[in-house]
Amino acid sequence: MAASPLVFGPHTLADVLIRDVHVLDPRAGLDERRDLSVRAGVIAEIGPARTLEPADGAEVLEGEGRHLFPGFVDPHVHLRTPGQEHKEDLETGTRAAAAGGFCAVLGMPNTSPVVDSAPLLRSLRDAAARDARIPVGFLPAITRGMNGEELTEMAELREEGAVGFTDDGRPVVSAGMLRKALQYQRLCGGVLALHEEDPSLSGKGAMHEGDVSAALGVAGIPSVSESTMIARDAALAGYEGGRIHIQHLSAVASIEAIEAAKQAGVKITCEASPHHLLLTHEDVRTLDTRMKMNPPLREEPDRQALIAGLRSGVIDCVATDHAPHARDEKEVPFEQAPMGTTGLETAFAALYTELVIPGILPLELLIERMTVGGELFDLPVPLIAPGEPANATLVDLSSEWTAGEHGWESRSENCCFAGRTLRGRVLLTLAAGAVAWRERAFSVVGA
Amino acid sequence: MRHLLSIEDLDREDIDRIVEQAARFSEVSDREIKKVPALRGRMVLNLFYEASTRTRSSFELAAKRLSADVVNFAASGSSVEKGESLKDTILTLSAHKPDAIVIRTPWAGSAELVSRWTSAAIVNAGDGKHEHPTQALLDVYTLVRRLGKLDGASIWIVGDVMHSRVARSNILAFQKMGAKVTVAGPPTLIPRGIEALGCDVRYTLDDLGTADVVYALRMQHERMSESWVPSLREYATWYQVNGRRLGPRQVLMHPGPVNRGVELSGEVVDSPQAVITAQVEAGVVVRMAVLYELLAGARVPEPSTPEPQLA
Repeated sequence: MAASPLVFGPHTLADVLIRDVHVLDPRAGLDERRDLSVRAGVIAEIGPARTLEPADGAEVLEGEGRHLFPGFVDPHVHLRTPGQEHKEDLETGTRAAAAGGFCAVLGMPNTSPVVDSAPLLRSLRDAAARDARIPVGFLPAITRGMNGEELTEMAELREEGAVGFTDDGRPVVSAGMLRKALQYQRLCGGVLALHEEDPSLSGKGAMHEGDVSAALGVAGIPSVSESTMIARDAALAGYEGGRIHIQHLSAVASIEAIEAAKQAGVKITCEASPHHLLLTHEDVRTLDTRMKMNPPLREEPDRQALIAGLRSGVIDCVATDHAPHARDEKEVPFEQAPMGTTGLETAFAALYTELVIPGILPLELLIERMTVGGELFDLPVPLIAPGEPANATLVDLSSEWTAGEHGWESRSENCCFAGRTLRGRVLLTLAAGAVAWRERAFSVVGA
Repeated sequence: MRHLLSIEDLDREDIDRIVEQAARFSEVSDREIKKVPALRGRMVLNLFYEASTRTRSSFELAAKRLSADVVNFAASGSSVEKGESLKDTILTLSAHKPDAIVIRTPWAGSAELVSRWTSAAIVNAGDGKHEHPTQALLDVYTLVRRLGKLDGASIWIVGDVMHSRVARSNILAFQKMGAKVTVAGPPTLIPRGIEALGCDVRYTLDDLGTADVVYALRMQHERMSESWVPSLREYATWYQVNGRRLGPRQVLMHPGPVNRGVELSGEVVDSPQAVITAQVEAGVVVRMAVLYELLAGARVPEPSTPEPQLA
């Protein structure tokens, strides 16, 4: 029998009563003030505000003026274990996730070595069973060493708990190789998550190709580098009847390619990151290396199309592509810096502040797009309903904070939103029934 | 002015002031003793991560004519080859308390970056393909000397604009001085979006005759292997500035070193229209003016506290 897809470290199942909290869970049809009681990690009861009494020994949390959402799920994070623990590890990465309100994350395989064999995946999952604060799933590589030349032992990896497969950080350049992976998927299942980039077009590019790159003299990565590969891979998936998930969409043409594929009946899903939804290549003008990521920040019409796609559902979910890098790796000239920004701790607050408060997106839509990421990989969606494991995040939407003001839970600080004033502070995160995060200043009432 | 990082940072008054100061210094170059004591006791450090004989020696000469002490630090054969980061190199060299660091690197934005790590004044001598502000200033100086003013002049910058920091700085500088700039070259070597800087874009030299000034860029041989253009021969056929294309009243400029027979034919290099050696001469006096602007007068303030993180 295949291993369970998510693993996490030792934890204590929570007994908590959250009083008079605004519960917002679109899937559960909840949008009202409620008392919510969690017993032994399971949602025991949801009742009218200030009607439930705490069970013996249960902690009581005052929820008045606060919101309780289903826990967020991020299908795209880089936890850097094994081999790059100077950037992040399973403990710091999942702590950052919990601090951002996430109750589950999916880790990418571009570590050192690449997670491309069952023994490696097993040892990584063993480590997660010791160190992870919240449930973690792993996507091993599609090709050995992510070299794009030979398939990994996908069936054995699936038995060892692979949630899906990805060569994230690199595209599967060869159409023939991707086709074989799609064929093999019929044996073993597992969605193929694809980083879409045509290296003959992206070349040595370090930022979006446009008037900013032209002015800075920095080599550009054109939008078609992404969209042409999406169109190709959607055609392959359609032909083979395979399931693919397109990672970190960045451009108008990419969204159009996804939309066309979905209309044609291709089993394709996709994600967008908070940074692509909120920033553009104008933010790269100062050559701040925190603004260097792949795919690059693009233009305002691209950003607007991503927002529209998130609203319409062409974009299925939000994924942070949390990509920590050590300070000395980022404190170099822009063209030398590695790609990536951290994002777990700021994702909700940044999107809430920039998209929900101005009325661009409804709050319940943002919650839906931040919780559905696992479902695309056949994982259950957190639900606030009696009998469900407690996967929820308690948020003070009125609380204002400056990103990075007290440092980060992540081992790295390369956050593109650092220094921004954000609204919406995560006070408490329940993940698989355990308290995974508690804001330091969050007072406990009557414990 | 605290640093000279880019032309983008300057306004027309800044450029005018530097050009006027350079004109005053040009008289020094004609003396038998080509030296003034303006920067006596000051130290200028040349830090070059790319091979450069001309620009480095031009800065060295400029500093010496102002009586400053000069230290040259080349990246090759130094701690840089042992893996020292740019930041550590700057911190180490700053311990010698240079008053100015003249820096050239292959990376855009590096001059601005190092200005956060040292109290020395930073002069950008080329940051990747981004900017080369002293080249633009000496080009403006050369043209002002030749034409009187740039207002209303039509200046064509011809060639590999994509890989040229000279082009970027000059597009900005010439426009700030009132000129109309057109860039022309093979479509593969004109970066998409360059017109956002305010210049016109052409892919042929058909209308080159309308230019008052023709500024040819160096065509590097390695561009052929990367298929930016099919061959030097085809490039020369379409984009070489030669006697047939260059009119008698046009001014011809080039940042050097020239590839004779590629971007310029031999006869135009030697023609009276060419001001290429005047540009080299201008290099020293303009760099004197820049160093004087940054270092003469008020003592450089203490550095801001070291950056807690990337800014």
